[in-house]
Amino acid sequence: MAQFFYHTLVGQICLMLLETLAVLVPLLIGVAYLTLMERKVMAAMQRRRGPNVNGPFGLLQAFADAIKMIVKETVIPAGANRGLFLFAPFLTFSLAMVAWAVIPTGNGLAVANINVGILYLLAISSLGVYGILIAGWASNSKYAFLGGLRSAAQMVSYEVSIGLVIVSVLLAVGSLNLNDIVLAQRHVWFCLPMFPMFIVFFISALAETNRAPFDLPEGESELVAGFFVEYSSLAFGLFFLGEYANMILMSSMVSILFLGGWLPPLGIAPLTWIPGPLWLIFKILFCLFVFIWVRATFPRYRYDQLMRLGWKVFLPFSLLWMIGTAGFLMATGLLPHSGGVN
Amino acid sequence: MMAQLVFYIFTAVLLFSACMVITARNPVHSVLFLILTFFNASGLFLVAGAEFLAMLLVIVYVGAVAVLFLFVVMMLDVDFGQLREGFQKYAPLGGCVGGILFAELVLAFSHWEMAPSRAAPIAAPELTNTAALGGLIYTHYVLLFQACGLVLLVAMIGAITLTLREKATGRRQNITRQHARTRADTLEMLELDLGESVADRGGFLRPKSSYNEIAVPGSFGLVPETPTNEVASNKEKGA
Repeated sequence: MAQFFYHTLVGQICLMLLETLAVLVPLLIGVAYLTLMERKVMAAMQRRRGPNVNGPFGLLQAFADAIKMIVKETVIPAGANRGLFLFAPFLTFSLAMVAWAVIPTGNGLAVANINVGILYLLAISSLGVYGILIAGWASNSKYAFLGGLRSAAQMVSYEVSIGLVIVSVLLAVGSLNLNDIVLAQRHVWFCLPMFPMFIVFFISALAETNRAPFDLPEGESELVAGFFVEYSSLAFGLFFLGEYANMILMSSMVSILFLGGWLPPLGIAPLTWIPGPLWLIFKILFCLFVFIWVRATFPRYRYDQLMRLGWKVFLPFSLLWMIGTAGFLMATGLLPHSGGVN
Repeated sequence: MMAQLVFYIFTAVLLFSACMVITARNPVHSVLFLILTFFNASGLFLVAGAEFLAMLLVIVYVGAVAVLFLFVVMMLDVDFGQLREGFQKYAPLGGCVGGILFAELVLAFSHWEMAPSRAAPIAAPELTNTAALGGLIYTHYVLLFQACGLVLLVAMIGAITLTLREKATGRRQNITRQHARTRADTLEMLELDLGESVADRGGFLRPKSSYNEIAVPGSFGLVPETPTNEVASNKEKGA
């Protein structure tokens, strides 16, 4: 069996497909239940019951929603750029899936354990803006176009501060490999020494995923639904899935960069019994809970406030912090040697 | 075998999309093909084993530069007929420039050779190419690298200077003052006698006279000498 999987071409391709499925199937189920979790958590915060009719505790609601979405009619507006219109949701969805290839769920346990893992994540998340921009343009609608433009400006702005935060983490790690980043947090999670950066990264993650209070690209009160106003049925569903998969991805990035990935909080007995992937899932769930909590709590930002926060507050602050980190590590001789932990 | 196949796929798509950039009728399609070109170029870097450069190409060019291109092109109101008008006239000139550039590239790269002292760290097998590049840029060529940064900084300042205009009517908002505003500064609570209508007094919370002072001078057009009609009428009613 091992002979077949590791030494024949067909076997290797089969193995690759199985690995991909092992990541994608839990992810898609996770996305389905994330929508349910969002509705339940927000309902609890607003003293409602939330979905409770389909299945026990409303557990089948996610599937009911999915079936409803699939059987609806696909409408392509007249004057829309047909090819690009259908390409955009596909792009958003597949980018949200592709990024998961490098996320380690245990020591060395990733589909692709590549040297430049964190750059790969940054590259994929910077591509996410195209799905939205193309959707906005191809819809041939003013609301969609304005939503697309807003989103493009917003995502590009917050990527800068995300990049700088990642650089300060990398300075302390000495490697671009996600596995090494987690292993570097064996003694202390980075959220403690770099607490301000943790907050900056989390808020930027909210902006990057177009979540409340930065959900201006959708802005249903002024832009109807922003860039996906013209989408219906499965095309809309793909945007929806992509958006929630991106939320989970960003939460896992927060967990890996600042909350020690699959590592338990302390290396002592009862905590180490719980397997690593479960720890990662707990941390992702915690981040997702905060995502939803923020949505239920804060009103939407005004657009100029959003831009000001990104460029005039987060960018200088994270730049200063990065220089400070580099200076501190250099002065104390703690700067990790080039070449990484390995 | 596999690597060669991947190389040829990337190259073919790259050449095709590069041609489409200049032949596509719709400028937005051109930019999208340009993005595809960048993407395949980064794929070629990956095939060559330069994973750091590949990721950087995607992050910088695809993720930032091309987004701004697309942004601008989408908002342009291009007259396609006019665009193609001068093709015959400019074709020979463009051809000349292209030919000279191509010849120069061929001349330069046919004699390209790397200094052995510099090539050694890149070829060293124990270093990842991120570390090798970092060593080259930040240790051996740090001054040149800084000079590049300065050139970019100057370009950035130039662009900002060209576009920044202090207009009296600019919709500039002073966020510090907006945050400093409290309810007590701008609104006042009314206590009503029994049977009195709220509408007669201008609502529960009505703007104080400081409402207009707080506004930044020049924001939302000129600040009126007298309070706006609505405020004035509220005041009259309240008095």
